[in-house]
Amino acid sequence: MNWTVIGIWLGALLSLSLYSFLYKDNPFYKFAEHLFVGMSAGYWVIYNIKNVLIPNWWNNLVPAEGGMQPIWLIPGALAFFMLLRIVPKLSSLSRMSLSLIVGTGAGLSMTAMLQTNALAQVNGTIIALGQGGGLLSWISNIIIVTGVVCGLVYFFFSKAHTGVVGGAANVGITVLMVAFGASFGYTVMARISLLIGQTQFLLFEWLPTMGINL
Amino acid sequence: MRLVIPLAITFVAGMIMILQFFVPATQSVGESLQEWYMIVASAAIFLGAINLLNVHVHKIRFKAPNWKYSPVTIAGFSVMIITGIFFGIEPGKPFDYMFTQMMVPMGATMFSLLAFFVASAAFRAFRASNWRATLLLLSAFIVMLGRVPIGGMISPKIPLISEWIMQVPNLAGQRAVMIGAAMGMVATSLRMIFGIERSYLGGAD
Amino acid sequence: MSTFVEKLGSIDRRIIFIVMALAVILPLAFRMSLPIKIGEGPSKDMYDAVEALPNGSTVLLSFDYDPSTMPELQPMAIAMAQQLMTKDIKIVSLALWPMGVSLGNEALISVSDSLGKEEYLDWVNLGYKTGGGVLIVRMGSDIKSVFPVDYDGNSVDEMPIMDNINKLSDFDMIISLSAGDPGIPSWVMMAGDRYDIPIGGGCTAVSAPQFYPYLGTGQLVGLLGGLKGAADYETMVRVGVEDAPAGTATPGMAAQSVAHLVIMLFIILGNISYLAGKKKKRGAK
Repeated sequence: MNWTVIGIWLGALLSLSLYSFLYKDNPFYKFAEHLFVGMSAGYWVIYNIKNVLIPNWWNNLVPAEGGMQPIWLIPGALAFFMLLRIVPKLSSLSRMSLSLIVGTGAGLSMTAMLQTNALAQVNGTIIALGQGGGLLSWISNIIIVTGVVCGLVYFFFSKAHTGVVGGAANVGITVLMVAFGASFGYTVMARISLLIGQTQFLLFEWLPTMGINL
Repeated sequence: MRLVIPLAITFVAGMIMILQFFVPATQSVGESLQEWYMIVASAAIFLGAINLLNVHVHKIRFKAPNWKYSPVTIAGFSVMIITGIFFGIEPGKPFDYMFTQMMVPMGATMFSLLAFFVASAAFRAFRASNWRATLLLLSAFIVMLGRVPIGGMISPKIPLISEWIMQVPNLAGQRAVMIGAAMGMVATSLRMIFGIERSYLGGAD
Repeated sequence: MSTFVEKLGSIDRRIIFIVMALAVILPLAFRMSLPIKIGEGPSKDMYDAVEALPNGSTVLLSFDYDPSTMPELQPMAIAMAQQLMTKDIKIVSLALWPMGVSLGNEALISVSDSLGKEEYLDWVNLGYKTGGGVLIVRMGSDIKSVFPVDYDGNSVDEMPIMDNINKLSDFDMIISLSAGDPGIPSWVMMAGDRYDIPIGGGCTAVSAPQFYPYLGTGQLVGLLGGLKGAADYETMVRVGVEDAPAGTATPGMAAQSVAHLVIMLFIILGNISYLAGKKKKRGAK
């Protein structure tokens, strides 16, 4: 018995405990589930201390070369205010921390979203029509342009979906259905891939520790 | 009044982030703010951890349903913290060992359970009830076949049609969703920066 | 017959679970193997984009995932590291997800050991930071202010690999292995479009369809989608390499094929049962 084998057994037993949920909810599943939640939280906290708070806050507040940079007390205080959310009398202070996060995030993502997910996409759609490459390519480009425009019409609820708008919205929902079908296909693929990964672990790492080599 | 300072912080932080995109003079203030953001955002993790412990201590104290499992959560949390602080986090140390041998298989298994539920859901809920649902189903079938080797063995055209679906109708649909969501995001961001949207502050008192 | 078909609809879900489990276990246990054919597409584009990088380039590899999506993304990480290190391309890695640090280490150390590469000279793992997109923007002007030390507390200033790396535009390419947000969208928005750096990536199959618009505009140079993308990449990286490790994605594709067929069968049976029930209701009226 060495640490690797013990580790494989630990992983396998915990995996089987979680899979037991497929039969019905039971104490083994609950044990593994609770353990996973606790360990994950511990992992996150440690990485936040060692990879964020110490190098990016503490070492800036109290640099190795000596002295203190009081400006770094501000983010420290705001971080502390965030924790005060659990103290009912002082919880309103946490709003300041939330405001900094929301304001920074909103300001940054607004310009980025507009550029990357709106303007660049509109630009890409217009270019698509002009790209050559045969009949299929031309038809594809038409479908892309029509699909994007009609898809947007479908999401536009300020005007009733009747007449021309209704027709465009119908084309839009049809294109969206094909896209959602593709997404469903990919979702199935993803879920099965995860099962394959764990099955490979049990078949090719755990079973060999008992002398069963498939 | 209690909302004025938070709203002012949101406005100033948001405007600095927008301005630094266009006005180089605001660059350094923006950079400081970004570094502060990291520190403050990391506090959310601690808040979550404290909350988790709080819930489980509460469950143990009041013997709430399933309270017997709460010590497991607390023990798991404590062991990771203790090993991380006293032995380090580099490969080969107890912290990394527990991550690799316990957390990795548990995390992977937890989500692999979804394979079973997606199969069950597909059987029970995926109905060709009208022509659009049939189109969705057809698209899903072609993509499912086209993305695995067996699809190409049935017909070499299936992977090609699957890739075409991804690059044409899927792209069009996803792009429409993307542009729509981006416009919504821009509007919401502006509402937040200008203090019209305040729900993130927990009510409008 | 009609009663049997109708009863299908109320079948115990555990029977479905058993069939599903067998669809995955049997092809793996019997080492069923199906050939992976690589056509034109995002996987090939990703491989070609990396191949086009000159030897000695530096790439930023971001591990933006956790164990829940490891079966899909870890084989990509290993194959990607193999290709980059074989081409003598330096890898600076980081993680926007905390657990990505350890998973990234696992992949980098295994490949680095097999190819005789050195930490801090050929590759480094800078570790994790909170902030997602905000942190990326800050890295655009100064990486070392965000990452003064690596994941283990070693000073970045003393690492030879970081000698000429000060900001994001010093990288020849950024590759994100992404399980969600923050991940590929953050890199495209905050690095690709803002600082004009080529972005490539790998993602879970769930999120792959939503990144096709980025491929259409060239905002992404290539994309590996799910286990299929990983298997494609493993296959391409192994071409012409003797004794290359097998990887886990390629052997999984046979099981993936069978499982897809089983799910499709379930959907067909479910619909037959639904139509039979509908017909009976209509008859009763």
